[in-house]
Amino acid sequence: MANYSIQVNDKTYEVDVMDDMPLLWVLRDVLGLRGTKYGCGKALCGACTVHLDGTAIRSCSFAISAVGKGKITTIEGISANGDHPVQQAWEQYIVPQCGYCQTGQIMNAVALLKSNPQPSEQEIEQAMQGNLCRCGTYNRIKAAILSVAKA
Amino acid sequence: MNIPTSNKKELKNVTSQVFKASRRDFLKMGGLLAGGFVLGVNFFGCNEKGEKITSIAPNVYLQITSTGEVIIITHRSEMGQGIRTSLPLIVADELGAEWSKVRIVQAEGDEKKYGSQNTDGSFSVRMFYKPMREAGAIAKLLFMQAAAKQWQVPVAECDTAAGKVVHRRSGKSIEFGKLVTTAQTLPIPNVKDIKLKERQQFTMIGKATPIVDLHDIVSGTAVFGIDTVVENMKIAVIKRCPVLGGKVKSYNDKETLAVPGVLKVIPIKGGDIPPTIEKPLSGVAVIAENTWAAIKGRDLLDVTWDLGEHATYDSAQQLEELSKEILKKGTIRRNRGDFDRAKVEAKKVIEHTYIAPYLAHGTIEPPNALAVVKNGKCEVWAPTQHPQGARDAVANALGMPADEVKVNITLLGGGFGRKSKPDFIVEAALLAQESGLPIKVQWTREDDLHHDFFHALSVQRITATIDQNNQISGWNHHIAYPSISATFDTSVLQPADGELGQGASDFPYDVPAVKVETHDAKAHLRIGWLRSVRNIPQVFAIATMLDELAEARGLDPVKQALELLGDDRAITFDDEIVDGKYGNYGEDISVYPWETGRMKKVIEKVAQEANWGRKLPAGSGLGFAAHKSFLTYVACIVEVKVGPDNKISIPHVHYAVDCGTAVNIDRIKSQFEGGAQFSASIALKSEITVKEGAVVQNNFDSYQIVRMPEAPQQIHVHIIESEDKPTGVGEPPVPPFTPALCNAIYAATGKRIYKLPIDLKG
Repeated sequence: MANYSIQVNDKTYEVDVMDDMPLLWVLRDVLGLRGTKYGCGKALCGACTVHLDGTAIRSCSFAISAVGKGKITTIEGISANGDHPVQQAWEQYIVPQCGYCQTGQIMNAVALLKSNPQPSEQEIEQAMQGNLCRCGTYNRIKAAILSVAKA
Repeated sequence: MNIPTSNKKELKNVTSQVFKASRRDFLKMGGLLAGGFVLGVNFFGCNEKGEKITSIAPNVYLQITSTGEVIIITHRSEMGQGIRTSLPLIVADELGAEWSKVRIVQAEGDEKKYGSQNTDGSFSVRMFYKPMREAGAIAKLLFMQAAAKQWQVPVAECDTAAGKVVHRRSGKSIEFGKLVTTAQTLPIPNVKDIKLKERQQFTMIGKATPIVDLHDIVSGTAVFGIDTVVENMKIAVIKRCPVLGGKVKSYNDKETLAVPGVLKVIPIKGGDIPPTIEKPLSGVAVIAENTWAAIKGRDLLDVTWDLGEHATYDSAQQLEELSKEILKKGTIRRNRGDFDRAKVEAKKVIEHTYIAPYLAHGTIEPPNALAVVKNGKCEVWAPTQHPQGARDAVANALGMPADEVKVNITLLGGGFGRKSKPDFIVEAALLAQESGLPIKVQWTREDDLHHDFFHALSVQRITATIDQNNQISGWNHHIAYPSISATFDTSVLQPADGELGQGASDFPYDVPAVKVETHDAKAHLRIGWLRSVRNIPQVFAIATMLDELAEARGLDPVKQALELLGDDRAITFDDEIVDGKYGNYGEDISVYPWETGRMKKVIEKVAQEANWGRKLPAGSGLGFAAHKSFLTYVACIVEVKVGPDNKISIPHVHYAVDCGTAVNIDRIKSQFEGGAQFSASIALKSEITVKEGAVVQNNFDSYQIVRMPEAPQQIHVHIIESEDKPTGVGEPPVPPFTPALCNAIYAATGKRIYKLPIDLKG
């Protein structure tokens, strides 16, 4: 157990947890930020995607001890009212089915568009391949990302 | 599809009766506001024996408040199919409500209040379309009567729209909210006095309505099972015996208890054979302050198992054995004409064996449940497709009356049949009882893949004969797979009628000799139902064989299908089914007939839309398959491109679907889009194997599902306009895609596929 001071969504939190506790469980179980989901625990499905200094990371496989002074952003932190342009595009294309993987998909898409504002279809496919959707919403995800890229 | 407990408590020929809820009813309901006007809707109809059930308690409550808010309690589970949107929109359309003022409240699991809430078998809309419309229409008439009274005009001159009653002649209008007080004093109209809307009057039915949970989902505030929390809640992660029927012999928890945050270690009795869907597996639970401590503690447990009778089971070996078994004579389950004679007289005989693996559901939200046991009562929060099944199972396990168990239904992070089994909810309840703490049981992905209720592996052999006139003269389908029924009764070794009735015994084509035979196959895992169930392997075999037959006959496969369906008519199977009955997905075949004309129409539609027959460059191909399941007619054409490295890409998929009246066009399309992806995983990626009794795959690296780069790219869904009764859309997209893809791969490469998942290198 150790004390960590972490920056999440522009707030500072002090947590006393095991060194190897993945950021995912710190967010969900300790801080109560449950928009970030557990899916596999091995960075294979992307449901737990958050940003570390704007870059997408899989929080299920990212130990709290590795966060340091980096700024964490979760789905709760990307917009005030769920109205980030990517979230709006998700609503416009009615992307979700069950919705469980979608916060991870959105976080990954936001990071992609930040590093590459005009991705090609192929670039989107490559960037999003770590995010699984069992309901099969891939094509609407792609369309929603393309619509933001064009805007 | 729930087999063999299928539809037991479901009603048929459902109609509704609306009544004003008493104050007592009202107080019992969660989620309604104080005041306002509450209608209870009784659905009643016949049970499976055809006996009339005249009084079951209200299934749905509808409240209109004095501010004009319309609150609809929905009693079906949401798992991505959009049912929390589709059922309320039917009520709202018929009522003439303003959709932005409609709020949906999820009902708890309570059969006395809501009737059966078992959400599987693709039938929520099928069953509740008419009664939901009637409920809306009764409320509408009541408001029109209230307004007519106030305005002193005939009721017939009134109508409703956008949450108001309008008087066409004078142009007057008044909001529902302002009529609540008057409406409350009026007697409830009889269902025979209402007039349902004409099709052209619909404002929502047949159009695209966004799902009600959309904003909550994209903003991360939607509450799935995994997100539920109560005060002082602890997390349990369980080490379960890797082999079915195995039991804990002894365990050492010294290292586990040393993990900071681990509170207790509790063994769970279980591992019974037959496993059923409600009993826990034998295991050891680690209770901790947080999920990570519970996972770490679980990993450090040292358990010695008595592995039991399945410890040497090997799935590859069973496939080999079954491949030999199906060469023998089997138990005849359907028989038409004389197949043996057709074979003797045939000009050509084509025969192949088809193999498909075990599959896991792999819902991205793994099973989880929260339970609190206190003062002889239990309250549960869970992502469940079958809340009443869960309630009964929990009551049974805890030894308390079902009335003392409350099941709250969260959103489901995927269901696909997995979450209709309450085993994981029973685990939480038992641990909460034993520990005296509020317990959330969390399955890891590894737990989910190791201990699923698996879609069974299968071996099939089809022998088809072509006669001297180039006609298909005989069809002999041998089938071997462990039955879902074996999960409940280990003496069952052959497929149930309900399983065969998913493509095999209801083979609809006009072939003079049809013989379906089944063989023994023992279950060594918990076998369950997965989205579209036995349709998957059965139609894979049937529709790829039909493609091969068309080629052998020098015919176009689409033309062959149209020809084999014959004249427009309703076909039945019961005369030919041996010692059994065709299930027809729980519906009376006279009410939901098998109509060849409707199947031909979807085939013609898909061929036209996909421009069937067009020339494609080398390495590309089109493939076709058509199949009716869950009472819905579907035809599918897949376009495939196979690269020189055998890389498969799927630029286009066309579906034509006749699901009767289309309620929410957008959610029908999304179910077909997702169904193609689900089937693409089955065709290209997914396989569970077993060695020494234990599942080999651990996570999404070894149990794969399609990812975006390999996913079918453009999925075109063509919905046939129909005023027929609505039928299922959750499962029907899955079965025809895989064989259509296999047939497309043959067109592109000349390679026939006899084994799933597809391996072009093999």
